[in-house]
Amino acid sequence: MTTVLRSEPARVDVDEPRPLATELSGSDRTFVLSTRSIAVTVLVITGGIGLFLAWSAVPTMQRYGLGFLTETQWEPESDKLGIGAVLVGTFTVASVALVVAFPLSLLAALYIAEYAPPGLRAPLTSLVDLMAAVPSLVYGLWGFFLLKPYVADVAHWLHQHLGFIPIFRVDTDPDAAVWDRSAYTASAFLAGLAVAMMVIPMATAVMRQVFSQTPPGEREAAFALGATHWGVVRTVVLPFGRGGIIGGTMLGLGRALGETIAVLLIISPSFDLKFRPLEIGTNTISALIAGRFGEAADTQLAALLAAGFVLFVITLVINSLAAMVVARSRSGAGADA
Amino acid sequence: MSAPTVDPDLTPTTIVPAVAAPQAPTTDAAPASLRGTTSVRTAPSVGKNDVDGPRRLLRSTTAEQRFVQLGAWLAAVALAWLVTDRLLPWDGAVAFTLTTFVLGLLIVGLLTAVVGTGPEVVDRVMSAVVHAAVVLLGLALLSTVLFIFLRGREALFHVNFFTHDMEGVGPRDPFTRGGILHAIVGSLIQVGIAVAITIPLGIGTAIYMTEVGGRLARIVRTVVEAMTALPSIVAGLFIYTVAIVTLGLPSSGLAAALALAVMMLPIIARASDVVLRVVPGSLREASLALGASRWRTVWHVVLPTARPGLATAVILGVARGVGETSPVLLTSGSATFLVTNPTGGVMNSLPLYIYSTVRSGEPLEIARAFAAASVLLGLVLTLFVVARLLARPRKGTR
Repeated sequence: MTTVLRSEPARVDVDEPRPLATELSGSDRTFVLSTRSIAVTVLVITGGIGLFLAWSAVPTMQRYGLGFLTETQWEPESDKLGIGAVLVGTFTVASVALVVAFPLSLLAALYIAEYAPPGLRAPLTSLVDLMAAVPSLVYGLWGFFLLKPYVADVAHWLHQHLGFIPIFRVDTDPDAAVWDRSAYTASAFLAGLAVAMMVIPMATAVMRQVFSQTPPGEREAAFALGATHWGVVRTVVLPFGRGGIIGGTMLGLGRALGETIAVLLIISPSFDLKFRPLEIGTNTISALIAGRFGEAADTQLAALLAAGFVLFVITLVINSLAAMVVARSRSGAGADA
Repeated sequence: MSAPTVDPDLTPTTIVPAVAAPQAPTTDAAPASLRGTTSVRTAPSVGKNDVDGPRRLLRSTTAEQRFVQLGAWLAAVALAWLVTDRLLPWDGAVAFTLTTFVLGLLIVGLLTAVVGTGPEVVDRVMSAVVHAAVVLLGLALLSTVLFIFLRGREALFHVNFFTHDMEGVGPRDPFTRGGILHAIVGSLIQVGIAVAITIPLGIGTAIYMTEVGGRLARIVRTVVEAMTALPSIVAGLFIYTVAIVTLGLPSSGLAAALALAVMMLPIIARASDVVLRVVPGSLREASLALGASRWRTVWHVVLPTARPGLATAVILGVARGVGETSPVLLTSGSATFLVTNPTGGVMNSLPLYIYSTVRSGEPLEIARAFAAASVLLGLVLTLFVVARLLARPRKGTR
């Protein structure tokens, strides 16, 4: 008996697994082929857009060279086209938005993850998502009609008291008996505030997600050592969530750079190269495209496409960096907006 | 009672360094005479500190602390009124709010400093900062929604606002004439076409990326993720250049739908990819082990499991598409009358109607724009709530 049992495995000469049918059945082959063709279609469409933009940027770049990035005027009539001023304007609006949005979203994320009663966390998270779903146009209306008068006052106050700092300067007399209210509206500052409302939910969502993944052991250890609540936040939660804070802010920056309608509604377009966000008049790449596409002939359209391509490359780089930072942090799984 | 006591007089901070009752450390400074006594002050924790009792709240505030907080902020409001309205020429809501905020932090800090030490003061002040920021944010969101509805209420509550279009309606005509039917229908048609294009493509791509895999799938995923960075205005400009300028199509609902589809496609594909990736692999393997083909596994196991998540992804994508103005601005043109044929020339939509009307500067027109914005906001909120309700069952089964 025993010999039989022992000799049986020996009958298999070569120690190889039983051959399995790896060939796909007919329906599976159809499945793979059809999904692959869909994926290729999507690849062609999406990749095609990127290539098309790059390709249409070529003639403009050849014609104007690097000057396209530094030239501030946009005058197709006199063949002077450049995005220097709008590039600065784009970053001015985005910086204002980030300066406002960063502390608010950080604190809001801390509140939801740390301070809010446990029963309130889920509804608050939904509320943040809801805030992200509100159309940008609505925030534009809010900024244009509701905030405008208040913002003019704030800007005037800042100019009056902090005017010695260059970025708070406005090209008018702040101490005039009747100060020029119109010089303080339609500014990058106001546009930035509206854009901040779109940045906040994105950044908050990412940060909250990362904060909520703080290892409970480390938090409780800090509490056990006698740390105050803020002590725990400062020494455990914030260092743990650093990746999420940076990544979330950068994702928000990507959104802020591409925002069109709220900006277009609020600003009064101008092509001056300036670093005075409180002053009337600025422009961003997206607002430039939306404002000029209708009248554009071939050259100008190509230049607008080139501007759009520059904007796309900038947001792409920022988003990729953000995704990398979030993925590298100890947490951040599924931190997609 | 030998329960560990935490005397509020000795530890004014709200944070009790305790994880659960058994581990709750007795405050070192507590005099031995206090231990084991059931004083009135420890009464709230009686019964919770039993070894087998329920988990104790990590952060509980005493009535005294809440009273101090309330008092501090009331004092701040009063003082801020005094400062802005009586002492300094800073009248205005913004100045008042900011002064209240700064004074409130100061008073909270001072009150804590009377009884507590440095870290406690910082803790209280930072807690106040966090709460104030959330209140500010809540106010901003609330003011957005309320402001839109309030400004639009005059034009909103007329039946004709939903059943008529703006053909032949002048900018100064009363609200009993004209409506935004054309914009609503236009939006629905455009988003409908865009969704009809993006759902099969987006979800199909997501299935390929997660279920088939391989090198091509990785390339597709990289490109799709990269294209989520495409600003919506550039998507609109792309369709404008290709379809309208190069191919010579007229500005139409179809062009707008294509622009929306181009914008939504990467968003939906990526969101679906994320949803499909979290379907547990064990479910797939179980199905395959039972002899099901890959196609059947996807159809009968993966997709049903992911259905709520997929629905959420699609609906959020739709909500994004409905509210997006910039692609539509470049591609659809705007009509004042009802157009139901997506290829038949200019067509209006809700965001475009709002945008173009609000810029007219005519007060009645602006009121109409706000009413249309209320409709748009209501639509988005409804879609959002539906998405949340659909997503709920998944949470429950986990």
